[in-house]
Amino acid sequence: MSTLTGTGTLIRLAVRRDRIRLPAWIVTFAGVAAISASATVSLYPSAGSRIQAAEAINNSPALVALYGRIYDPASLGSVAMLKLTAFGAALAGVLCALTVIRHTRAEEEAGRMELLGAGLVGRRAALTAGLVVAMSGALLLGLLAAAGLVAAGLPAAGSVAFGAGWAATGIVFAGAGALAAQASRSTRTSTMFAAGTIIAAYLLRAAGDSTALSWLSWLSPIGWGQQVRPFAGDRWPVLLLPVAAAILTSGAAYALAGRRDLGRGLLPDRPGPAAAGPALRGPLGLAWRLHRGVLAAWAVVFVLLGLVLGNVASDVEGMLGSPQARDMIARLGGQQSMINAFLAAELGFLAIFASVYGVAAVGRMRGEEASLRAAAILAAPVGRIRWAASHLAFAFGGTAVLITIAGLSLGAAHGARTGDASQPLRLAGAALAHLPAAWIVTAVALAVFGLLPRAPAVAWACLVTFVLITELGPLLELSHWIMDVSPFTHTPKLPGTSLDLAPVLWLAAAAAVLSAAGLAGLRRRAIRS
Amino acid sequence: MTPVISVSGLVKTFGKTRALDGLDLTVRPGEVYGFLGPNGAGKTTTLRVLLGLLRAGAGQARLLGGDPWRDATDLHRRLAYVPGDVSLWPDLTGGEVIDLLGRLRGGLDPRRRAALVGAYGLDPSKKCRAYSQGNRQKVALIAALASDVELLILDEPTIGLDPLMEALFREHIAAERDRGRTVLLSSHILAEVEALCDRVGIIRHGRMVETGTLAELRHLTRTSITAELTGPPDGLASLTGVHDLTADGSRLRFQVDAAALGTVLARLSAIGVRALVSQPPTLEELFLRHYRDGARS
Repeated sequence: MSTLTGTGTLIRLAVRRDRIRLPAWIVTFAGVAAISASATVSLYPSAGSRIQAAEAINNSPALVALYGRIYDPASLGSVAMLKLTAFGAALAGVLCALTVIRHTRAEEEAGRMELLGAGLVGRRAALTAGLVVAMSGALLLGLLAAAGLVAAGLPAAGSVAFGAGWAATGIVFAGAGALAAQASRSTRTSTMFAAGTIIAAYLLRAAGDSTALSWLSWLSPIGWGQQVRPFAGDRWPVLLLPVAAAILTSGAAYALAGRRDLGRGLLPDRPGPAAAGPALRGPLGLAWRLHRGVLAAWAVVFVLLGLVLGNVASDVEGMLGSPQARDMIARLGGQQSMINAFLAAELGFLAIFASVYGVAAVGRMRGEEASLRAAAILAAPVGRIRWAASHLAFAFGGTAVLITIAGLSLGAAHGARTGDASQPLRLAGAALAHLPAAWIVTAVALAVFGLLPRAPAVAWACLVTFVLITELGPLLELSHWIMDVSPFTHTPKLPGTSLDLAPVLWLAAAAAVLSAAGLAGLRRRAIRS
Repeated sequence: MTPVISVSGLVKTFGKTRALDGLDLTVRPGEVYGFLGPNGAGKTTTLRVLLGLLRAGAGQARLLGGDPWRDATDLHRRLAYVPGDVSLWPDLTGGEVIDLLGRLRGGLDPRRRAALVGAYGLDPSKKCRAYSQGNRQKVALIAALASDVELLILDEPTIGLDPLMEALFREHIAAERDRGRTVLLSSHILAEVEALCDRVGIIRHGRMVETGTLAELRHLTRTSITAELTGPPDGLASLTGVHDLTADGSRLRFQVDAAALGTVLARLSAIGVRALVSQPPTLEELFLRHYRDGARS
């Protein structure tokens, strides 16, 4: 039996399991690319207006760090796809890495691989199947995105280069995910490792793009996708870099898969304490053990993001392209208000990111239920609300901690640049104004958990909808009715504006109502796998 | 005496499936009750209704004098549960899980915990993800046996245990009964139920089809015998209590009612026996026969 026997069957199984998940993601990616392309076409109708906008962006290290550089200010495609080139590539990487892990380590951890491995399935079949599905998904995603851009009226060659950049980044991170899944023993650790790699890649290119150390961008797979420079020269040979990286990481994963035992990773398991410590005495103690690792990893990411974004905030004046614009801004409140607006936008972005943690933490609770581990706790004298509260302490509290950390580190970096020691506290306070909107997303996840436990994806779909409305709404000039659906629309744009308490309180009240509905649903429904 | 568990006419549906279809079940204080049935008969669903994890669709369910759904938290102080498919937290050690589950029920007796961990040969410093199914079951069993509760609800607790551990488990359950605890033991291993249980109920398709003491159910049990004889098996087939006799040369297979076992063995040894294997009936056979007989009469 070859180590690849059964790969075809496993591919069919993976495709069957992902028949909704993958197409939904791919269509969303391609759709967002096409919509944002066609919106930009109407936003900058003349070459002059495009060049002006592009130079304003290129002169702002803050925006360059966030999105990347526009390599040809005269090119419509280059201007239109700026926001999506690196960010979309990172998300394509997330999709591909998660897909590989889902079909390899997650199956192994759940014990299903043992069932398959005992049949006519080779040692490397699952890894191959996971890689084939994820990489085909990446190629399809790139192809559809390219088609979408052509349909939106962008040049064909650049559109294909753009799609190829997304696909190549996805393929690299499929390889990274495969390696992580082989090296670590748990799905959670491999996911965290893959996510950490993607975030590191994003930060590397942010540093490389916005500083003199431009070689840093060439260390980042996301940077490679940008260096293809779609619509600005279409440098096809750069695509060899991600292909080589994918071959290397996949090769390492193959080597590991051929050597290790089923269910094991690279490192052996260390024994732990033979008795529980004093902290592990109730649902809250257990929830702390379950959530602390993930929360700590998120906190590190938020510190780094805050430091990077805060560091560039004071450069924001570079955005003011022309003397007239400078004059206008000065009359509107001066450079300080530009910086505040930038900081408020970054806090809004970090709040959205923190709400991803909130949804994932609520999802953990559903995972406990589905694995029947929750039943072990609920069969003890622990009420359902108390059990749920132990996890919600981390879902809501963790979101609050992350947003506070974001404000503190943003303020620390910004304060260090401007010599203002009051910035960390000022921005931590401003960050908290963004918290109720993030809490609404967590509360939506809780409502879904209580009322639609079989459909946790609904919570993610809501989050994606909110993000799309918030990010693309202004560009598409959506009506207020639609914009108002997203809680992030209602957040006071702190710092820089005066705090209007009314929307904050309304958001908090809505979060409370959604949470109450979710908990009421949990009390009434069955606890089931 | 108020029953510890009393269920009558319990109905639970999942969509179009009727998992429980008018189930009756009574468990008296201080008894070990064997809850028997094949996979998918509704045993686990019944236990999960009793634990307040599922809500009864129709009918009555009382547990320790309370309503299992409404009073779940209070009732759970007085019981311990071992699920059939034990899933534990992969990053916690077995020892941590035992302590956690015990503390949730108000604390463990540390000496009893240590004795049980030693007796079952569990390494409590291993992470749960490294445990086999049997070891995960031991973790849940030790946590349940070491807590001071009135009622033990055990869902097929010996599936992953080796015979040595299974024997140990039987000893422990017998000791629990002697201490006055009530045990509801769901199982499909007849030998285990025979060794442990005072009364037995058999569930099929969500209904209790037979219930009573083991002596009352004895009429259901039939032993399968395979024998190699030295002489001709004349007249064996016509003995009362002998069923389904087939002969293959000198090798003979048949089933025999428990009541007729003595007579049949005497006849066999009179003919001359070279080899003999006897097997207690599996639950599946018992069911098959039970319903075949039911259809005939």
